[in-house]
Amino acid sequence: MQTSPKPAGLLAELTYRCPLHCPYCSNPLDMSMYRDELKLAEWVRVLGEARALGVLQLHLSGGEPLQRRDLVELVSQARALGFYTNLITSALALTPAKAEQLKTAGLDHVQISFQSADAATSDLIAGTPSFAKKVAAARTVKALGFPLTINVVLHRQNIEQIESILLLAEELAADRVELANTQYYGWALRNRAVLMPTQQQLQQAEPIVRAARERLADKMHILYVLPDYYSHYPKPCMGGWARHQLTITPNGNVLPCVAAAQIPSLSTENVRQRSLAWIWEESPLFNRFRGTDWMPEPCSSCARRDIDFGGCRCQAFQLTGDAAATDPVCHLSPHHALIEEAVLAANQGHAAETTFIYRVND
Amino acid sequence: MSVCEIPPDAQPRLSAHVRLQWDVVRECQVLLMPESVLALNATGYAIVALCDGQRRVSDIIAILSEQYGRPVEQDVLIFLNRLLNKRLLAIEDE
Repeated sequence: MQTSPKPAGLLAELTYRCPLHCPYCSNPLDMSMYRDELKLAEWVRVLGEARALGVLQLHLSGGEPLQRRDLVELVSQARALGFYTNLITSALALTPAKAEQLKTAGLDHVQISFQSADAATSDLIAGTPSFAKKVAAARTVKALGFPLTINVVLHRQNIEQIESILLLAEELAADRVELANTQYYGWALRNRAVLMPTQQQLQQAEPIVRAARERLADKMHILYVLPDYYSHYPKPCMGGWARHQLTITPNGNVLPCVAAAQIPSLSTENVRQRSLAWIWEESPLFNRFRGTDWMPEPCSSCARRDIDFGGCRCQAFQLTGDAAATDPVCHLSPHHALIEEAVLAANQGHAAETTFIYRVND
Repeated sequence: MSVCEIPPDAQPRLSAHVRLQWDVVRECQVLLMPESVLALNATGYAIVALCDGQRRVSDIIAILSEQYGRPVEQDVLIFLNRLLNKRLLAIEDE
């Protein structure tokens, strides 16, 4: 058996509770089974196991991680274990007092989501008034000396604001900005017709990003992710299944990525039953698509199989019903017509749908 | 994207957002920063360890050239420029 690689990053989904209702939320469609959240002591034990496995980057996410009353204590324990700690937040509850407590606890980096560049659009997408609080929180974060990342999920309803979004990030003195087009899983797949940008929108965005990168080269790192539906080849999802990253859900399920719970044929592994090391190294779940041996044609004989790893397993499952199929984004996939049809619809004005199906909260 | 070149009289130190740490699992020094990890080999660590905000680039080159018994100017400059362009180094304005 091949030796497992060492994971570098852990996405800790502390809770699925969240004040926002974004229609592209990466949380599951049905959140009812995740209410029995891991307690602080359980997280601390699991984080110790993660560090022993080699994890260095800890992403504290959700839902909204600030909904956990024990977040400051968790940050403090994580920092003591040697993690670089990232808070991924909507920032609504990131008051100056809370931000200071987190700074004292050793939090390293704050990532704040924005839905767009102005209050009206941003609040419409978030499904709740939130823009003004985010701006205030971003200023607090910078004033306390944290590095700040602003992330904006891009789609049909906000991509034309990309220039204003970049100006907002600059004005807030963000160190990094992540502009990632929506990936269509779960909630986002349900909202795909409302979210999928047109070719023209993408063509207009590209030179704006390029110019901002040039202008802000020594101030701000700009990550721009194109929608994979418009690509010739699939994305190297997660850099390969169970290779660099793992995700832990609020109730302790361990996954190779946030979307993998949607594949019903896979076993469920939970830190309350098994050690993290066993799950990472031995479990059928983590070994199912590790490496290249599992691949069907056209992937198995493809020169790019070690570049894109067959694309995304969750996308393959969602679109074809077979998680082991080649990602339909690949033009060599026998299911590629599914992607072409969606792209065609987005560009022919068939996507008349403009009403979001908002993510629900308990 | 414009590429910065580190001047020889610059006094580099690690950016405030970057942490240098020994990783017991990988048994090497690592640089930790937002969304990224950079594992250092022995030479990389030797360079980073001298970036204290006091020593000039020319001092670092002199110290390491003596230590390694050969001119290491190019290696040091390539490595420091790489760190600088990843925004891992801070250089104070005089």
